[in-house]
Amino acid sequence: MDLSRTPAISHRPMDISTDTARIENQSRRHFFKGVAGLTLAIYLPHAAAAARGRAVAPKVSAFVPNAFLRIGDDDTVTVIAKHLEMGQGTHTGLATIVAEELDAAWSQVRIEAAPADARRYNNLLWGPMQGTGGSTAMANSWEQLRKAGAAARAMLVAAAARRWQVPTDEITVNVGVIAHTPSRRKAKFGELAAAAARESVPAGLRLKDPREFRLVGKQVLRKDSADKVRGEATFTQDVYLPGMLTAVVAHPPRFGAKVKSFDAVRARAVKGVVDVVAIPSGVAVLAKDTWSAKKGRDALAVDWDETSAFKLGSDAISARYRELAQTPGSVARKEGDAQAALTAAAHVLRASYDFPYLAHAAMEPLNCVVRLSPERCEIWNGEQMHTVDQMKVAELLGLKPEQVTLNMLYAGGSFGRRASKDSDYVLEAVNVARAISGRAPVKLVWMREDDMKAGYYRPAFHHALEAALDPQGRLVGWRHRLVGQSIMAGSPMAGMIKAGIDPSSVEGASNLPYAVPNLLVELHTPTDIGVPVLWWRSVGSTHTAYATETFLDEVAASTGQDPVAYRMALLGRHPRHAGVLRLAADKAGWGTPLAPAARGERRGRGVAVHESFRSFVAQVAEVTVHADGSVRVDRIVCAVDCGIAINPDTIRAQIEGSVGFALSAMLHGAITLKDGVVEQSNFHDYAPIRINEMPRVEVHIVSSAENPTGIGEPGVPPVAPAVANAIAAATGKRLRRLPISPEDLKA
Amino acid sequence: MLAFHVNGKTVRVDVDPETPLLWVLRDTLHLTGTKYGCGMALCGACTVHLDGQPVRACSTPLSAVVGKRIETIEGVIRGSGRRVAEAVQAAWQRLDVVQCGYCQPGQIMSAVALLKSNRKPTDADIDAAMTGNLCRCGTYQRIRAAIHEAARGLA
Ligand code: FES
Ligand code: FES
Repeated sequence: MDLSRTPAISHRPMDISTDTARIENQSRRHFFKGVAGLTLAIYLPHAAAAARGRAVAPKVSAFVPNAFLRIGDDDTVTVIAKHLEMGQGTHTGLATIVAEELDAAWSQVRIEAAPADARRYNNLLWGPMQGTGGSTAMANSWEQLRKAGAAARAMLVAAAARRWQVPTDEITVNVGVIAHTPSRRKAKFGELAAAAARESVPAGLRLKDPREFRLVGKQVLRKDSADKVRGEATFTQDVYLPGMLTAVVAHPPRFGAKVKSFDAVRARAVKGVVDVVAIPSGVAVLAKDTWSAKKGRDALAVDWDETSAFKLGSDAISARYRELAQTPGSVARKEGDAQAALTAAAHVLRASYDFPYLAHAAMEPLNCVVRLSPERCEIWNGEQMHTVDQMKVAELLGLKPEQVTLNMLYAGGSFGRRASKDSDYVLEAVNVARAISGRAPVKLVWMREDDMKAGYYRPAFHHALEAALDPQGRLVGWRHRLVGQSIMAGSPMAGMIKAGIDPSSVEGASNLPYAVPNLLVELHTPTDIGVPVLWWRSVGSTHTAYATETFLDEVAASTGQDPVAYRMALLGRHPRHAGVLRLAADKAGWGTPLAPAARGERRGRGVAVHESFRSFVAQVAEVTVHADGSVRVDRIVCAVDCGIAINPDTIRAQIEGSVGFALSAMLHGAITLKDGVVEQSNFHDYAPIRINEMPRVEVHIVSSAENPTGIGEPGVPPVAPAVANAIAAATGKRLRRLPISPEDLKA
Repeated sequence: MLAFHVNGKTVRVDVDPETPLLWVLRDTLHLTGTKYGCGMALCGACTVHLDGQPVRACSTPLSAVVGKRIETIEGVIRGSGRRVAEAVQAAWQRLDVVQCGYCQPGQIMSAVALLKSNRKPTDADIDAAMTGNLCRCGTYQRIRAAIHEAARGLA
């Protein structure tokens, strides 16, 4: 990519609304300290002359070499993060890349969330769209931000050379200090910021050799820790605007139902309730505070029109899926002739798997703040799909996208949910604000029950697998059929669906890494299931890794071979899979005896390896199965290859967290429907694991010179299959339905 | 008007006494460090100290705290458990416990309460004191390590 042509270099002053500054200032006081007057004091390399021409008199000068950073004359380096911080350490990672090439001191670095801007802040792996997801933040920013940092560094060096009248190549930059050693001159970034702003972006930027890295690959502490441990970080839930009303919405109990009529008399009688309005997605109660709004909502009597509502239950959906799996589907991958191999095989193994719907259930329930005026719509939200939401809101209101301002806040988790393909909750908030003609700012709050019941789930899936073995036990054929709803259909990514294959349905299955001469992967995509579905941390791999890695384990066991050795023999063309598998097995002491089980307990060790989002993760799990069938996961040893490790500790944290997230689904997670109505409502019937269920997690990182790839999601897929394989080693039982049921594992 | 004490100050509010303390802290007093996660005492995001004991503010009606002392994440660093709170927050930062951070004020309030009454908690003590606090980001391993680290700092 040629930096001089990237849309990153803007001639337009940063569009940061004063409201954001005010809100941020309230609760993240140190955030903007020293660089007040953000909108005033902008020097841009190409626009500087023009700015002077317009006689703008900046109060505080800042050097803005490109859209990704700003250096204040107070010596702060502010990195503009185009991606959402929803927990993965993304902001810290982005800032690390810039600071590395800039040779800044980590202590002088601040981070600020970018506004929505389709020109400057696109996700380079997504095309013309700004957003965060698919574990792409580091991967798409790596080159871009290295160049952004290097460009700024070169301009600072050029300014120093001009001021000191020395050649640029005699100047060094180290931990925030620019120096010319022969003449013993030194300056901090801040002292040269104004001068650097007058330099032009040099051609032929030199990026560091990885051996020169000082921050990348080292332990760099997160920038958001201090605010988050003091309760000072601002989430959408924490936004209070003058005169703001809080809205809680009655959603239809069945997907696809509409409001027929409603009686708001009791709701309006609740003290604090200000208004009750119908919106396309239900009936909203607006009140002065959250509790009154919730009480008002609960007091509503709504009559729903269920003519086009979805009314099937989970069992009926599963039965449909099992039936579909009997017939050939669209072909996602075909090599050789799997059918012939199965017919001619000495042994055939068959297994089918069922996966439920899953809720994201982020700790911060969904919410969104909207302020409307005739010419403008301002939104406060933790955005995963900035420009998609911006465009949809603009469309709904008949505004231009640039009249819709998104103020980015931290998200209290998301796991894909805030990347709503329909902008559902954002549009809902705008619709509420519109229904009261924008007369007050509105905070839409989904109570936990709304968050659990109102949809957008990891789709339920059914898998049917068959493996053909020759008389020597070699794997000669593999047929894998998947049945489940498409996530991409109707999304901004729908263009990626080709020949009936939504890649996010089959990822992890169609790219099976094992050498099998005859392979067929097929997909059925039912379109008449009215349950809204969405990407959920690691998307297709949430189910494909389980089906492929437990089935392959079963195949290995049927031949009496060691599961690691069996996999290794089939991974000849996939050295990165093999690398993490070997490392995880070594570190876990694969092949050494496990600590003996107590009386009545059974213990086992299992393994799984999986690639997702271009990263490779292998895990070895150790489990104890109690007599009553309950399972304790004792230890998980992980090996990960995600290219250059920008921040090794963040990688460890993401893998640890992924283990917790994946175990929650495997041990307890299911959203089920009864006649179309979601049965779960809160954390008692949709239970994430708690601290006492968390295993010991050890993470080992493969050292690599490849460009960085994803880490927010790739830790999730191998967890459940590794644990299931360990359970099989302990008990001989193969679990084909998630979440697992202790009933099946009783001694 | 109902009066109680928050972080060392007396506050008077004109709110229905049945309103959960959580919403009084957040919506009336704008003390937003205390979080809403479930409203049913299932997640611990709303944990505050009531006369020194950890309680779930979402399930504690205002009427139950009249005349009592409440400490929230905003005040715990200045209150009677100041040393413990400092040690806990420092350990949390040294070990980079937080991810999304939404559960963390509640985790810290529970951890401070634990360490105030037990300066050398075992893993089992930590499990017992912390099982009420969910973390959807799965930071449990670091929470456990940070509590041990804070305990060492206090020894
Ligand atoms: S919000 Fe109080 S325990 Fe969850
Ligand atoms: S850090 Fe995200 S829920 Fe705990």
